[in-house]
Amino acid sequence: MDITEFLQKISTTPGVSGYEDRVAEIVVEEFKKNSHQVRRDALGNVIALKKGLNSGPDSLKIMLAAHMDEIGLMVSKVEEGGFLRISPVGGIDPRSLLNQEVLVHGKKDLPGVIGAKSPHILEPDEMEKGVKMDKLYIDLGLSEAQVKEVVSVGDIITIRREFVRLGGQMAAGKALDDRAGVAVVLQCLQELQGLKHDADVYAVATVQEEVGVRGAIVSAYGVAPDMGIAIDVCHGDMPGVPEYRTSFLGKGTVITTGPNIHPVIYKKLVELAEEYRIPYQKDAAPGPTGTDAWALQISREGIATGLVSIPLRYMHTSVELLSMEDIKHSARLLARFIAAQKQDGLKELTECF
Amino acid sequence: MLLKTLSESSGVSGGEQEIRNIIRQQVSPHVEEAETDVLGNLIVRKKGEKEGPTLMIVTHMDEVGMIVVGFEKSGLIKFSKVGGIDDRVLVSKVVQIGPQKIPGVIGAKAIHLQKPEERKKSIKIDDMYIDIGAGSREEAEKKVKLGDYISFITRFEEIGDHCAKGKALDNRVGCAVLIEILKKQNYPYSFYGVFTVQEEVGMRGAGAAAYRIKPDLALVVEGTTAADVVEVKKEGHVTTLGKGPALTIMDASVITHRGMVQFLKKLAEQNGIPYQIRRFTGAGTDAGRIALTREGVPSAVVSVPCRYIHNPAGILNLKDMENTVKLVDAFLKNLPEGGFNNEGTD
Repeated sequence: MDITEFLQKISTTPGVSGYEDRVAEIVVEEFKKNSHQVRRDALGNVIALKKGLNSGPDSLKIMLAAHMDEIGLMVSKVEEGGFLRISPVGGIDPRSLLNQEVLVHGKKDLPGVIGAKSPHILEPDEMEKGVKMDKLYIDLGLSEAQVKEVVSVGDIITIRREFVRLGGQMAAGKALDDRAGVAVVLQCLQELQGLKHDADVYAVATVQEEVGVRGAIVSAYGVAPDMGIAIDVCHGDMPGVPEYRTSFLGKGTVITTGPNIHPVIYKKLVELAEEYRIPYQKDAAPGPTGTDAWALQISREGIATGLVSIPLRYMHTSVELLSMEDIKHSARLLARFIAAQKQDGLKELTECF
Repeated sequence: MLLKTLSESSGVSGGEQEIRNIIRQQVSPHVEEAETDVLGNLIVRKKGEKEGPTLMIVTHMDEVGMIVVGFEKSGLIKFSKVGGIDDRVLVSKVVQIGPQKIPGVIGAKAIHLQKPEERKKSIKIDDMYIDIGAGSREEAEKKVKLGDYISFITRFEEIGDHCAKGKALDNRVGCAVLIEILKKQNYPYSFYGVFTVQEEVGMRGAGAAAYRIKPDLALVVEGTTAADVVEVKKEGHVTTLGKGPALTIMDASVITHRGMVQFLKKLAEQNGIPYQIRRFTGAGTDAGRIALTREGVPSAVVSVPCRYIHNPAGILNLKDMENTVKLVDAFLKNLPEGGFNNEGTD
């Protein structure tokens, strides 16, 4: 499947943290076409194995991890009149929710709108205040009795947003954090079909990243790789944010260094990007990267971890914006990285210190 | 559904070309004349069995939106609001710009990058911009021109129990009602149907149309605020979804003609059409301008209640729309030949 089409499909499919099944189904189907076996673990992570040449128990194992969950909401109360109060799942700015369209996953999917007063009836100081979560409610256009038949407290809610193709290679939509990473992993698997690689590649679409990198914790344990690379999004350049905190859209894949990252993995990624003339940018993260890499690194006896990111503007809104070029460059770099790894290279990971 | 086509079309105040063309196409086969005036109002004349009092039924076709006012070096687009919109609803929305409908998004700083005090404040339009994915000002200006109108992209959809969600329900629902009326046949008297421009920036179109037509009476069809929601106390609901068309006693622009209002109430009761009184004296409609045209025009307002008007996604009850058509239809069929006195027709 064309990678933009794939991203469009998974971006628009609901998959809030802990409830990733619908996205997982699509991912399983596409990963199957490009790997030898696919399984799901107890938390719901999708784990595909693409075997290397002469694959065996001693083969080098590389894990790629991109999370497929997205931030969302949960029903916290059914109010008089059938309006739903909401609670956040993951880091969601209530100020980005006013008058958003949503899908409430009750006994069936119900389309709804987050209410917003018309300007005619706003109090004068109301517009000055940031919107608070406890003032927000969902309107389903149903009576209280009708709502209570199909919706219960605890039901999950997805923000609705169609995928928008902007000019050139730019696209916008919801949940591109981190369905874009999942798209990178799929494209990497596709590229590997045309490359020779010794390493067994475990392509993992993880769950529950947005609530504390939980899928990565157990899938890293399950796979027990020699090397792990997380693929996530990073902040794109935009006004009001210092340049050092962002990367440029369309200027290539972002390779991160810092305490979360193994120095050899970082060095190799940069060298390969140079060698294959893949556009790239560097980023330094002083502590937690806020990605699956944070969990990967300290699984079992420790894993040599890398992080490759796609610059993305307006993170955690429904109009996250990125360049498809950056996805393609990231995938190409990962495929080249995997193809370049040999069993005897493992020593370097400990002897470098 | 006609309302879907109308809702999904663009027509920000001053840039009504697309919506006007759609309406003209819809009504032309059913009316005697259809012409546009110098402001862009679409004025049609519907032939009746005979000539009676000069009546105009008025509904505005423009919607609130935005306009391109500048470009940043980076290719981001600065914009201003056209009509009343709460800045806070603009965040995290998709819009379309200009006749080419170039898609763009209004983003916001990621929650991860915000300082705690930032989160307490609302984001102001001065700090917003539209991102069309252009890499430079030159690239942006190839697609978008200064002064291009901007509207929300919202898919119209039937939801819930006889409800529909969409943009610009204020006042495409009024347009839908008037179009349906104009498609009907055999009204006793001829009348004018007027689709006005620029209501949202100060009822700019209606007065000129009324001056030209010199009506004896005017009926305005609107989409009005319904605040029957959990965050608003009952006394502030204005109107309620599902309770039928709302009759205006007064708003900030007009005190409606008592005789016409009495007549509309009586018709609703006689024909089993549910109706409600609009319980708010604020805001305004084209009736405010029409009523003060020349030596004054007796005017009334019938509205379809809509939640979240002037927002990207509103909700209305389709039965309210149907009942509004019924009420306007009954009004036209039963219009007294001599018009109204101010105490009612009895």
